[in-house]
Amino acid sequence: MFADVYNKTTEGTDLGEKIAVSMRNITKTFGSVVANKDVSIDIRHGEILSLLGENGSGKTTLMNMLSGIYYPDSGSIFVDGKEVSIKSPKDAYNLGIGMIHQHFKLVDVFTAAENIVLGLKEKGSINIKRIAEKVNEICSKYGFEIDPYEKVYNMSVSQKQTLEIIKVLYRGANILILDEPTAVLTPQETEKLFDVIRSMRKDGKSIIIITHKLHEVLRVSDRVTVLRKGEYVGTVDTKDATELSLTEMMVGKKISLDIERPEPDDPKPRIKVDNLSCINSAGIKALDNISFTAYSGEILGIAGISGCGQKELLESIAGLQKTLPGSSIVYTEPETGEEKQLIGKTPKQISSLGISLSFVPEDRLGMGLVGSMGMTDNMMLKSYKNEGFFFTQRKKPRALAEKVKDELEVVTPSLQTPVRRLSGGNVQKVLVGREISSSPTVLMTAYAVRGLDINTSYTIYHLLNEQKKKGVAVIYVGEDLDVLLELCDRILVLCEGKLNGIAEGRKTTKEEVGLLMTNLQNGGDTDEQK
Amino acid sequence: MTLSSFISLFQAAIVFGTVIMFGSIGETLTEKSGNLNLGVPGVMYLGGIAGLVSVFFYEKYTPEPNQLICVILALASSFAAAALGGLIYSFLTITLRANQNVTGLTLTIFGTGVANFLGGSLNKLAGGVGQISVPYTSDAFKFQIFGSLSSSSFGKLFLSYGWMVYLAIIIAVVMQIFLSKTRKGLNLRAVGENPATADAAGINVTKYKYSATCIGCGIVGFGGLFYVMDYIGGTWANDGSIESLGWLAVALVIFTTWKSANSIWGAYLFGLLYWMFYYIEGLTRSSQEIFKMLPYVVTILVLIIISFRKKKENQGPQSLGLSYFREER
Amino acid sequence: MSKNKSSVKEPLLRIAKRDSIEAYKAWGIRAAVLIAALIICGFIIFFITDLNPFKVYISMFKGNFGTTRRIWQLLRDMAMLLCIGLGLAPAFKMRFWNIGAEGQILAGGLATAACMIYLNSLPNYLLLIIMFVTSIIAGALWGLIPTIFKAKFNTNETLFTLMMNYVAIQLTSYFVALWENPYGSNTVGIINPATKAGWLPSVFGQQSFLNVAIVLLLTVIMYFYLKYSKQGYEISVVGESENTARYAGINVKKVIIRTMLISGAVCGLAGFLAVSGASHTISTSTAGGKGFTAIIVTWLAKFNPVVMILITFIITFLDRGAVQIASDFNLNEYVSNIITGIILFFILGSEFFINYKIIFRSKKQEVIK
Repeated sequence: MFADVYNKTTEGTDLGEKIAVSMRNITKTFGSVVANKDVSIDIRHGEILSLLGENGSGKTTLMNMLSGIYYPDSGSIFVDGKEVSIKSPKDAYNLGIGMIHQHFKLVDVFTAAENIVLGLKEKGSINIKRIAEKVNEICSKYGFEIDPYEKVYNMSVSQKQTLEIIKVLYRGANILILDEPTAVLTPQETEKLFDVIRSMRKDGKSIIIITHKLHEVLRVSDRVTVLRKGEYVGTVDTKDATELSLTEMMVGKKISLDIERPEPDDPKPRIKVDNLSCINSAGIKALDNISFTAYSGEILGIAGISGCGQKELLESIAGLQKTLPGSSIVYTEPETGEEKQLIGKTPKQISSLGISLSFVPEDRLGMGLVGSMGMTDNMMLKSYKNEGFFFTQRKKPRALAEKVKDELEVVTPSLQTPVRRLSGGNVQKVLVGREISSSPTVLMTAYAVRGLDINTSYTIYHLLNEQKKKGVAVIYVGEDLDVLLELCDRILVLCEGKLNGIAEGRKTTKEEVGLLMTNLQNGGDTDEQK
Repeated sequence: MTLSSFISLFQAAIVFGTVIMFGSIGETLTEKSGNLNLGVPGVMYLGGIAGLVSVFFYEKYTPEPNQLICVILALASSFAAAALGGLIYSFLTITLRANQNVTGLTLTIFGTGVANFLGGSLNKLAGGVGQISVPYTSDAFKFQIFGSLSSSSFGKLFLSYGWMVYLAIIIAVVMQIFLSKTRKGLNLRAVGENPATADAAGINVTKYKYSATCIGCGIVGFGGLFYVMDYIGGTWANDGSIESLGWLAVALVIFTTWKSANSIWGAYLFGLLYWMFYYIEGLTRSSQEIFKMLPYVVTILVLIIISFRKKKENQGPQSLGLSYFREER
Repeated sequence: MSKNKSSVKEPLLRIAKRDSIEAYKAWGIRAAVLIAALIICGFIIFFITDLNPFKVYISMFKGNFGTTRRIWQLLRDMAMLLCIGLGLAPAFKMRFWNIGAEGQILAGGLATAACMIYLNSLPNYLLLIIMFVTSIIAGALWGLIPTIFKAKFNTNETLFTLMMNYVAIQLTSYFVALWENPYGSNTVGIINPATKAGWLPSVFGQQSFLNVAIVLLLTVIMYFYLKYSKQGYEISVVGESENTARYAGINVKKVIIRTMLISGAVCGLAGFLAVSGASHTISTSTAGGKGFTAIIVTWLAKFNPVVMILITFIITFLDRGAVQIASDFNLNEYVSNIITGIILFFILGSEFFINYKIIFRSKKQEVIK
């Protein structure tokens, strides 16, 4: 039966010989979420294939099934024309498939050589010299540079990536999957990586690059396969593609969502960010000289591929992220017009300045809420200090929990039930409900509707609009462009930690924002006053 | 200090050190797999009593006990009983994912109980405390392989010990080589550092954790056996010394920064520090006790220094004390 | 075709985390495990001693409840263990592994004994107040040392507090030798036997009454502290996630240090009760391993002081019962460690079935979150 399918897709193209891997009708679900639906792709020998798609389009999931991390619900995989079943990373290695994950799987205190031979069933004891020889052989063949005796914790991100690639090649991989390989690299390092990839192609290896950076796709790959929302969109030859055509494939046609968008009423500067830069916990410059202003009574959208500095931006404003010297975040008091500098302040100090700043973080249960506590106790997370002397006062939080439960229709067995046990949508309602209840002047939300159903999403949009009408400066970090385009007054686009442009929500197009997200302008734009 | 008193201090330190050296080598192996086993004292007890009980009955019911059989029997039963303790710990912490610290402490309670219960019963059988004797076995354990060379000062310092002293050194070296040079050792260290990475590299995390913990406990058990057979000469004392030696072994693992070769000098150093008071003149009995504090104080200093300097090679395994559940990625 | 194939590949047993379990089910599992453990212990007793396990259990019961005196001894021992458990609860709730209760108890006990020896001319009420305060301060300081290093350099607190126990034991040996009475006995002997200076007074004719009353009061205080005070709330937040604590504007280091001061102080108080309220002497076995046992109490009770009463009861009951068996059947009293150990193993193991569920292979495909 699958043989038929297989023949059909390769029919007439006469590529049966050239195809290294073929994935047919792959479906994978996680609970109720469909990550991949009936996806079929082919990878030929000696080619570089880009797998393109937005966040959550199912690229990584699809490749994880090829590398043995996940097992597909249905569908089949052929390697060199033979049907195979890949149950573990080991099976994948045995078939010559190796994947370089976005989060490297390396042991920090080991040397490069030790990481390379980890788990291998070679005979005899570890002969570091022989390993080093073989590593050097691989290196000179493809143009790598690595010191086999170097410890991983001393390595730069790009060295670690090189090590991962060598590890895969050492195991004899012919099919290499690279997940967002350039996300952490400098332009020069990216250039070097592409040279390596090209020389591997020359050697007859097949390379799949998971990415969302259009200019890189166009520069390095032979063909592009596009996924959108877990489904296969199409495959084109790179020479026939342009940034615009790929963006259209990636984002799809504009879908009307009918989200209300009232005109901002008397916008005034509320938060002014100047030259904001920071280095995140991974040691990467996550924000690079960002400047913009958020106004009262407007929703400022922040778009960008995930991990481009959104988290650090919001946390800097909330007082949770250390910033580099020269950064400035000035808050303007709505009543008096008094200006207050937020840099260097802890969340506690910010609130004792009388600033009511609400923040719905991305990690709801790891940062915004205490998973083991019920709704009542979570309601007082930020306010417990202000009430009572020694003992906590639960009367107001309980009333608030009651109110949030009724107004936002939170489904929970009781107010004491640990919020960890609630569904994702209800957890988010609890968090947003609490943050709105403190009558903020600034409301920041990160991926507020991620994982929520349609109805809950609309409830959240409605809540944000209500805040906007009250004159709150709302900052909305989102990933769904359709929503950003209909909800936000202005959309600030981040790309690799830089501000890549600010689009007018009412005028811009999906393609324009999409291009800003994936294509870094020279140095990035700065905020022009509107 | 005269030469002869120095020699006897040195000898006391080496014999004392050997008990905790076995303990620390075994615990190092266990901790390298990511399991922090606080059941070392209990395991040491189990190893000690099992060896004693088995040879006690062998000598009692055999007209002419063979010393080789005595030794093999003692070693085997000691290793088996201690490894069984490790198996209980492994099953609870690895398979059932119980908390490692709490499980380890329970294992200490359990091992202490079993050993002293059996030891007490054995005492009764033998006719009173201190009446147990296993002459053939303790003779065999006290056998000095370099005995003929031990008349000079050098000989007295280095060659005048029962063979288990040298066995401990050999195991320490072999363990160091195993951990740093072999493939299995590399894989094991990866399991303790980062089980998710090890898993992705095709290493069977559960198997490695079980084996390292059980074998490690078996070696810890030798410490108890050496204490019973050599240190106190083949009898049983319900005085809790094994327990404090067990904790000292845990301290030694930190002191050696998880490198078993260091335990060769580290253990003897602990022994020197512990017995030093005995040879310093003019100490009152109370100030002697302050000296016995030294091994622990030194360990604390080492602990502070390694956390302060943050040198990665000297830290314990990164996921020490955590249980691994693959689906929690 | 592929459907069949993939279900064959699914493993026979899989383990998944449970989202939740009804309280009655959880307690049902624990009760069943406890009964199973007792039955197994019965078999073990039967095999190694040939005794009728029922007789043994009856003897245990009598050992605990046979006479008023025994009941008071049970209560006194429970109070001691519970007091230490109460001290550990805030630290463990904050996920701070305070293995150092033994040392903190000894520090408190030493301070108490020192006051009794050197200040015995003071009026008794004043002496008791000074003893109470110094023991608390001593315990708190002993707990503070590793905590400062934890807060500053992130030094491993499990191993540090463990080592501090042995430093405290040697310190105790030092003072025992210093205060030795009579000379050569290597014990301190009963302190102030004639004047009873610094002894907690008997109330209603019961020497242990105050011990029990103080610990009961402390249980109530700790219950309210952890559950209803702002500081207790902060402890819960820090224990759950330091990120959340920072988000909520909590000074994490301050909370860690404050909580460990409390933890050490209560353990120091346990030392005071042990010396002033029970033994009236000090030795290296004043803590007697209870600092370790209390960790298990706290952990199994999930830091809830009320549940801790139940767990201390089970453990103390076994302990005292075993002493009774030992004397009734001419066994040695270490049998209590064996039984306690086995029962704790079972209870520890049972948590797995509460937190995880085992999924047998079925036609339905796996669901991973």
